[in-house]
Amino acid sequence: MNTSRKMHPLAIRMMHWTNAIAMIIMIMSGWKIYNDEVIFGFLHFPDAVTLGPWAQHGLQWHFFGMWILALNGLAYLAYGFLSGRFRRLLWPIRPREVIGEALAALRFRLPHADLTQYNAVQKTLYVGVMTVIVLQVITGLAIWKPVQFAGLTALFGGFQGARLVHFFGMTAICLFLVVHVALALLVPRTLLAMFTGGPRLDEAAAAPTHASHS
Amino acid sequence: MSLKRPMSLFRPRRGPDPSILAEHRALIEEIDRRKLLRGAVSLGALSMLTGCNIAEQPQVQSVLRAVSSFNDRVQEAIFDPNKLAPTYSVDQVVKPPRFNAYYEIENVRPVDVSGWKLELAGLVADKRPWTLDQIYALPEQEEIIKHICVEGWDYIGQWSGPNLRQFLTRVGADLSAKYVAFHGNDDYLEVIDMPSALHPQTILATKYAGEPIADPFGYPLRLRTAVKLGFKNPKWIRAIEVTNVYQEGFWEKQGFNWFSGL
Repeated sequence: MNTSRKMHPLAIRMMHWTNAIAMIIMIMSGWKIYNDEVIFGFLHFPDAVTLGPWAQHGLQWHFFGMWILALNGLAYLAYGFLSGRFRRLLWPIRPREVIGEALAALRFRLPHADLTQYNAVQKTLYVGVMTVIVLQVITGLAIWKPVQFAGLTALFGGFQGARLVHFFGMTAICLFLVVHVALALLVPRTLLAMFTGGPRLDEAAAAPTHASHS
Repeated sequence: MSLKRPMSLFRPRRGPDPSILAEHRALIEEIDRRKLLRGAVSLGALSMLTGCNIAEQPQVQSVLRAVSSFNDRVQEAIFDPNKLAPTYSVDQVVKPPRFNAYYEIENVRPVDVSGWKLELAGLVADKRPWTLDQIYALPEQEEIIKHICVEGWDYIGQWSGPNLRQFLTRVGADLSAKYVAFHGNDDYLEVIDMPSALHPQTILATKYAGEPIADPFGYPLRLRTAVKLGFKNPKWIRAIEVTNVYQEGFWEKQGFNWFSGL
């Protein structure tokens, strides 16, 4: 093992921030598209937080950002699985730990002694948001190609059903973003680590707890 | 745990976007939670200020339109000429259909059919114009399909009229040409690719729910294809042109995607 490896290798940092930019483009342009035909009468997104002056520009941004999101996301998933990063950081998730640590987190008592190990709440949130993003790509395809991918669209209850699931996926990602950014700001070392790479893994290896899996 | 060489932490050899660090170096070096929070908020505010206009800047438009053209190619590749759109039952048909145009329904100028003839242009062997009676005499195809608007709404409609492939074949159109353009009575131009024009569910609709299409919805003749978004279905057609020349329709000129296939 390369002893100088950092917790977040350069590739991960680049893919993380690329994804962050792509996701902001997708969300803000998506809100512009939504405004053209709202799903909920009470909900319009203010122009200040939407991308593009008109709906067509929102669409242009959305169908530009989708390539960055999808290609970067594929690279990220491939890297995560092949390098063992997902197995090391995100596995296993034990429900009992998730509940216990979620309650601790709500009382701001979550230990962050070792940045290189994720707690159960982090694991759940990261696996959860990755799953939702994959689902967003799938519902996005169902909305984009309701004839060519008619079977997929039918799976979500048709065009409007796919639109609705796509909307809820966006909502879930936004909720994740609020929690993710808030926690990163509360524990700024975690935010810095996503710029600098964070502690080196050989240092972390001195720490005793390394979750094992069967 | 403590981090070694804390100063170097702010100078990554290669960061994801060095300009972010450079712009906010002072902020990050005096890091504390409050400043981070404030910094994040002002960054957000900055993006809001630029968000309104950024898509209109010429360089940004040229990149976005280039990607949109690339997406045309991707959609062409995805398009399966034999894949049929879902069809629905008569009791699901919405009557009347939903109106949409680049102007309000009050401003529709009905077509005076007494002098109306369908003109043919471009790569067509027999360019003799067609009267409405001649078109009514052609075999009719009925389809109950979804109209999906680029805005996000949809409805199920029951359309009938001659199949476009059969019509183009009959008038000796060059079916190897790239595009079929439709000139509307309201100066609305729309163009579709030949494979979509030849799709089995693409018709020249004369009727809705068994009755002649009402004025606001395209009387006497409009395009209905199950494989394109609503705006690619021009109403009040006065001329059909078969061509290899790429043209942008009314909405594409304003930035909507050209292919817009479903």
